[in-house]
Amino acid sequence: MTALRHLMRDPVAAFGLLIVVFAVFVATFAQWLAPFPDDAFESNIMQRLRPPSAEFLFGTDNLGRDIFSRVILGTRSALLVALAVVLAAMLIGVPVGLIAGWRDGWLSEGLMRFTDVFLAVPQLILALALGQLLAPGIFTAMVALALTYWPFFARTVFAETRRLRGALFVDALAGIGAHPARILFLHVLPNAAPAVLVRATIGMGFTILTAAILGFLGVGATPPTPDWGLAVSEARQHLPDAWWFATFPGLAILLLVLGFNLLGDGLRDAADPRLRRSRH
Amino acid sequence: MLAYIARRIALALPALFGLVVLTFILSRVIPGDPAATLAGDAATPAQIADIRARYGLDRPIMEQAWVHMRQVLSGDLGNSIFSGRPVSEDIARRLPATLELTFVALLLATCLGIPLGLLAALNHNGPIDHLVRVLSVGGLAMASFWLAIMLQLQFSMEWDLLPLRGRMDVPLGLPPRVTGFLLIDSLLAGRGDMFVDAARHLVLPAVTLALPGLATIARFTRSGVLEALQKDYVLYARAAGYGRFRLATIYVLRNAITVTVTQIGLLFGALISGAVAIEAVFDWPGLGTYAVQAILSADYKALLAVTLVVGVIYAAVNVLVDVAQALIDPRVALQ
Repeated sequence: MTALRHLMRDPVAAFGLLIVVFAVFVATFAQWLAPFPDDAFESNIMQRLRPPSAEFLFGTDNLGRDIFSRVILGTRSALLVALAVVLAAMLIGVPVGLIAGWRDGWLSEGLMRFTDVFLAVPQLILALALGQLLAPGIFTAMVALALTYWPFFARTVFAETRRLRGALFVDALAGIGAHPARILFLHVLPNAAPAVLVRATIGMGFTILTAAILGFLGVGATPPTPDWGLAVSEARQHLPDAWWFATFPGLAILLLVLGFNLLGDGLRDAADPRLRRSRH
Repeated sequence: MLAYIARRIALALPALFGLVVLTFILSRVIPGDPAATLAGDAATPAQIADIRARYGLDRPIMEQAWVHMRQVLSGDLGNSIFSGRPVSEDIARRLPATLELTFVALLLATCLGIPLGLLAALNHNGPIDHLVRVLSVGGLAMASFWLAIMLQLQFSMEWDLLPLRGRMDVPLGLPPRVTGFLLIDSLLAGRGDMFVDAARHLVLPAVTLALPGLATIARFTRSGVLEALQKDYVLYARAAGYGRFRLATIYVLRNAITVTVTQIGLLFGALISGAVAIEAVFDWPGLGTYAVQAILSADYKALLAVTLVVGVIYAAVNVLVDVAQALIDPRVALQ
């Protein structure tokens, strides 16, 4: 709770939280907020590429669909994709980090070297390779992103577990005969939670950005899904005339990623002001 | 120091070995039957069996892994399914374009990022500081392909100031290939017009690619300098009458810069992968467009080779960064 109060005192982080809360609201009620909710899948070729107006706030796209509606509808998939990816990455990375951090010897060494392999290539390249080999589509893009992001959780939890392993309360628990699994999951993990939360928040921003790149390159969401990255890619053929087509979906990406990044920075400061600011 | 370098290289090897194994698993296990893929849709079972025998796909999996390892180590990355040429040849031809773009972007990010970070720290909580913070946060949140398109829209389409795509105007031709870096090759050929044209083509892609890097470098320099300014020796030096500027640029910056150097190295990897989307927007004939083409034509050999090459570059740069860090701050090598 003190961390939350600290967070709210930091205006920049509070702004980030505001953006994220707003995006969650928009995603939840997208169906009601969008003026033309049917434009997710229906085209209306008669009114294609109209500039922004009172009726179509952000203009219309090459199939006559309202871009404002599609940006709103795209919020939901952007958030859901990122959330699923981050949770899946967490499910792989956290146990690996816990076990590698707790144990010594070949198991720990082996797990961390295995982690290094996935860190040996930039995530986007690995995600592209994986996404392609698994047959392109939003689901494989998600699998690829989760498979490339878990090492960051493993690293974070590994460092935290190593730090906590020598703590007095861990010795005390071991002394009264607590099972290692109990110590790890009920006592070490909650203490590592702030670091995991910070990593997850930054991971949300990072994943939204990478998923957009995959969509843009044609290995992510497929038409006619209202996806921001895909929309920018579709817009390229209609430049420079239909500037609004490419502009607004990109602005939506910028705003949402900005929200998560600001929130992540603020959480990091709130959780531990001594932590160095770094990002992945 | 030599022992440190050797140890650092030894540490990078297991990850590279793992990467080769990973690419092998990806190429053999996931895409179903590679022989059937190679043979095409209309192939008869006999043709598929023929291909399987020719490429050694009928061998035991461990033997295939061993062959794959030997091929990779001897620089043989296989033939592109799409172009039919050896993948290593394709990559060698395209790598300089990506490296030139990446180097220029990195140079831009470093030369602007460090002074900006320093200025922000010296102006802590002042207007410059806030401006740099907004810039660095925004720079990291922007989708590079979108920024690239926005810049194209404004500078190429609207104002017609800079070229829209490619590395050089077609009528000019290309300078004789020496390094593959057009900026250097055009100078070697004594063609000033080509140099200017190559530089003009570089502006938009390099700026786009540099922005997230610039943001990161400015952030780390800022926090490093802020931390260093708290140190006792700074207080002492100020008491001894050193000017603020001299103190900051000579004493504080060197102490603060180690973290930034690490970041510059990590950025190199980020920039190479960031180049993929940017190259696609600017039709830049580099590794990124090659990877995208490979994706579109399901050329998994080419894609895995790109993954491997980028992995090797990445590992090499990481080693170089650690060595550079040890040179700036000898304490690192002793840890």
